[in-house]
Amino acid sequence: MTDNMIETVEITKDFGKLHVLKGINQHVARGEVVSIIGPSGSGKSTFLRCLNLLEKPTSGKILFEGEEITGKRVNIDQHRQKMGMVFQHFNIFPNLTVEQNITMAPVLLKKKTKAEAADMAKELLTRVGLLDKIGEHPARLSGGQKQRLAIVRALAMEPDVMLFDEPTSALDPEMVGEVLQVIKDLVKSGMTSVIVTHEMGFAREVSDRVLFMDEGVIAEEGSPAQIFGNPQNERTKEFLSKVLY
Amino acid sequence: MLQNVIKVLTKYGYLFADGVWITIELSLITVACSSILGSLMAILRRSRLGMVRFITSAYVEIVRGTPLLLQLYFFYFMLPQFLPFLNLSEFACVVIALVFNSIAYVAEIVRAGIDAVDRGQMEAARSLGLNGRQAMVRVILPQAVKNILPALCNEFVSVIKETSLASTFFIGDIMSQYKIINGFTFLIIEPLLIAGIIYFIITFVLSKGIAVLERRMKASD
Repeated sequence: MTDNMIETVEITKDFGKLHVLKGINQHVARGEVVSIIGPSGSGKSTFLRCLNLLEKPTSGKILFEGEEITGKRVNIDQHRQKMGMVFQHFNIFPNLTVEQNITMAPVLLKKKTKAEAADMAKELLTRVGLLDKIGEHPARLSGGQKQRLAIVRALAMEPDVMLFDEPTSALDPEMVGEVLQVIKDLVKSGMTSVIVTHEMGFAREVSDRVLFMDEGVIAEEGSPAQIFGNPQNERTKEFLSKVLY
Repeated sequence: MLQNVIKVLTKYGYLFADGVWITIELSLITVACSSILGSLMAILRRSRLGMVRFITSAYVEIVRGTPLLLQLYFFYFMLPQFLPFLNLSEFACVVIALVFNSIAYVAEIVRAGIDAVDRGQMEAARSLGLNGRQAMVRVILPQAVKNILPALCNEFVSVIKETSLASTFFIGDIMSQYKIINGFTFLIIEPLLIAGIIYFIITFVLSKGIAVLERRMKASD
């Protein structure tokens, strides 16, 4: 067995008559940082959301840490505890304080006692520069602050892998940097990550491997240097010429 | 006319006072029962079992698609006939009919309140590893309550007005008292005016109270 954190075997996803994913075979190794780029509607987000079964693949298999999670009798909640996810629209819980956003899941799922979780919340918030907001309600946070909170909320479950679904696409331009910095620090610390992004410079800088998706397939993959410096696929070239100017 | 209004009020004011009490009692019992049962109904409508979903949806559609007055007649005559051993009072039959009716509306209010919570909230909760029920209880419902509570109060206001239909069976609500006073005095407009003003005051005060509640809820977001 290789040290694959995630492996997908021929996964497809249909929404009615629309074939969004057309058979994807991929793997993410432990400690690897994989970025997924590509035009809108290419299936990037759907693929990412399949990895923790927020979307159920129409066919195919997904293995997480060697275990098939697409099977019938799988307790997906257990696996999801080890897969952190960060969403485009943050999805911070507005009914909870900043601290409760972080501590709710670990305490509820008995990963931590209340005291442990509170300590961890402080530590995590310090890391992303939000300690002074600990007692606030999320409504008082900016977009960038909300996204940083969303990242540490996911980290509080001490996941083995982090899934980022366009984490900066809904942000005001001046807040993109602060969020990317947090993600950068995180991947440098060795966190296995899969990142769907439109930030090409960022993908180039942090990734070990870049996947270019188009029309439901991985059209090209390779190191950032290959994909951005010397793309082979015509569609990759065309896409990059449009987004890199 | 004003003289007559005053005369009716001084002579039969106590009847209206009784009516107010009974109307409010009737509405409170109805809304309290239908809030609980209606929430249950809303949960059942999201059941995994198709049969349960079908039955509950059919219930809501039937109740909303038939007149309340008809439902009142139905329960008023049906319950004593088919369940005579229960010895239900007229008041109880009317309450059951009103609850039966109100459940459907409350179920819709609760469903709409849950649906109004952003889909991303459920996804975020599930992505942390919460199961469906934990996500519902810890994340979705606390937010849905903010949508549901004001609408539920509006339902209370509606029920207060709807209880007037129960006067068909003289169960002592405001409108029943009107009919009684009308019988005593042969006055039509004056007692009607008084009844109208009483209804209006009750619902107006409640509506204003709801508006305040709603603003408070928004402010805490």
